[in-house]
Amino acid sequence: MKNNTGNARLLQGNEACVLGALYAGVRFFAGYPITPSTEIAEGMARELPKIGGKFIQMEDEIASIAAVIGASNTGCKSMTATSGPGFSLMQENIGYAYITESPCVIVDVQRGGPSTGLPTKISQSDTMQARWGTHGDYTAIALAPSTVKECFEETVRAVNLSERFRTPVTVLADEVLGHMREMMIVPAKGELETIERHKPDVPSDWYRHFEITPSFVSPMASFGDGYRYNVTGLIHDQDGFPTANPNEIKDKLDKLRKKIERYTDEIFKIRTDMMDDAHIAIVSYGTVSRSARQAIKIARERRIKVGAIQLLTLWPFPDLKLREMFGGIRKIIVAELNMGQLVNEIKRIAPRHVEVHSLQRYDGEVMAPQQILDKIREVK
Amino acid sequence: MDKIAHESDVTHHYLRPKKKFPNVWCAGCGNGIVMGALIRSIDRLGLDKDEVVVVSGIGCSSRMPVYLDFGTLHTTHGRALPFATGVKIAKPNMKVIVITGDGDALAIGGNHFIHACRRNIDITTILINNKIYGMTGGQFAPTTPGGSFATTAPYGNYEKQFDAVKLAIGAGASYVARGTVYHVQQLEKLIEGAIMKKGFALVDTYSNCHTYYGRFNKEGDAVAMLDWFKKHAVPINVAQKLPPEKLEGKFVTGLIHETNATEFCEEYAMLVERLAAKES
Ligand SMILES: Cc1ncc(C[n+]2csc(CCOP(=O)(O)OP(=O)(O)O)c2C)c(N)n1
Ligand code: SF4
Repeated sequence: MKNNTGNARLLQGNEACVLGALYAGVRFFAGYPITPSTEIAEGMARELPKIGGKFIQMEDEIASIAAVIGASNTGCKSMTATSGPGFSLMQENIGYAYITESPCVIVDVQRGGPSTGLPTKISQSDTMQARWGTHGDYTAIALAPSTVKECFEETVRAVNLSERFRTPVTVLADEVLGHMREMMIVPAKGELETIERHKPDVPSDWYRHFEITPSFVSPMASFGDGYRYNVTGLIHDQDGFPTANPNEIKDKLDKLRKKIERYTDEIFKIRTDMMDDAHIAIVSYGTVSRSARQAIKIARERRIKVGAIQLLTLWPFPDLKLREMFGGIRKIIVAELNMGQLVNEIKRIAPRHVEVHSLQRYDGEVMAPQQILDKIREVK
Repeated sequence: MDKIAHESDVTHHYLRPKKKFPNVWCAGCGNGIVMGALIRSIDRLGLDKDEVVVVSGIGCSSRMPVYLDFGTLHTTHGRALPFATGVKIAKPNMKVIVITGDGDALAIGGNHFIHACRRNIDITTILINNKIYGMTGGQFAPTTPGGSFATTAPYGNYEKQFDAVKLAIGAGASYVARGTVYHVQQLEKLIEGAIMKKGFALVDTYSNCHTYYGRFNKEGDAVAMLDWFKKHAVPINVAQKLPPEKLEGKFVTGLIHETNATEFCEEYAMLVERLAAKES
């Protein structure tokens, strides 16, 4: 990326999400204020009307995600932003977006929970909610930025993936990231790829809104395009009509899984630091990854062979790719701001010779580099 | 005879040929009558099938869109209005019609209902009001009269009843009407008016769930329940001339309230224009 093509700005993580969404083509936003995500709604309220996009403050988060899905079905790239309590309220309708294969983006700027929890404090305790928040079987996509620049880029990527795979995508940010300010170069138009959803090109009587294609992703018409079809949260056949046929039920659920799992490698994104000769790996995501980078720098000065893996894609979990990376490692420390949600995924996939340690913090404070350093010393 | 043949052609034109009939409803259910009325209203207005989106929640009534040959969005329980709001704002030139039940719109969806009225967004809401939860087997609803029986009111309902019409007027809807499945021609006119109204329009439609409400409350079969609507409905123009005691135990039908407040999408479009003018 050439730095001189965009423009340099001092931005908050939440503001970068707004700019990223607009860059990716989001033209509809519905939301309900909640700390620490509110600046995203405020930014959208300011920017969208200026470019003919649509903003609405709904009566709650259930309504917000509903409006987003409604707008998405008219062909509009649509998004909402929230935090833990609102994310919980949205879950039933997020399930509706999965089953109806409606592209949309949910930015969850995480705070501590359960319940009202810690409105102004950092947490990463929605890691599993982003994967299993709504009832039923489905495969989720969730992305996790750790810098203001990544807030921008991962929001763009979230919009792209949601349109590409016809599915909701969650961006898991956190309170500190949402509110901190950093310089970033806002990419010029065209510098980052933006993806449009695949539209049908068949005559309307041939069109099947949920067609099982070889890629498992169906082209998507919009209401008003001259295709008339049914969309329902009931398990449906390829035309969108409710079905109780066991084969059709299984085909539908397999489709939801396969259209994403097959492309796990494409969705996969990590950043590694000093991993080449590392014996110990710190695995983390979000704001914790910043501390991890600092901690390994200090540890390296003390000749400890430690590296860091930052997961930018949390879900679908990149089992194979990570397992490959763990080949030369002896120890892993999974550092996270919760009581150990990601660590179990790592334990599940780590080769048998690798020791997996959990480093947790859930008192509303950031994970300090020193804490990670202490853990490195303890396990080394 | 010709008229019947013509009407059945019209009806079939708007139904989904591939969708297997019979439908999920009990024989004689009022939902079918409302569907017929909606189809004829749309036909008379000459709307293009591609410009109509029908959105519903969950319930027997909310199953209707599946049978209709428009863009149809069958959503989650109580949430039809916010889904419809998203559709309407994103594509303001579409005619957005919501089909909802009394439980769907007034219990779980009560908050969305009042806010859709308040915004005066151009959505036509046909609330099929059968005074009970049909789909889940006859539990009481916010519309169940005091003393009525339901599976969760086995000793008689001791809660108070919602009046959807008063609620909508109070919340700011700009077209508020009530009809019944007995008075079908009136219902068609009310639906037509509601669709043409720029703003939030409610047609609170009294309908029969003889399977549960009728059976539990000794109101008889479908025909007996229609007869009850016939005997207890008082048209608004008549009601206005009657003293309140004469309306005791009856209900008022027709176009009960209409105003010309500005509509949500129009307000928004004006904002966009204003900002664009400032830019240039
Ligand atoms: C979140 C949620 N809660 C409960 C239900 C179960 N449920 C389905 S339909 C219904 C009530 C429907 O009543 P009404 O809206 O009056 O429609 P009717 O069936 O009478 O037409 C309920 C409670 C559900 N589907 N989703
Ligand atoms: S249960 Fe009641 S509302 Fe449902 S289809 Fe039967 S009669 Fe109609």
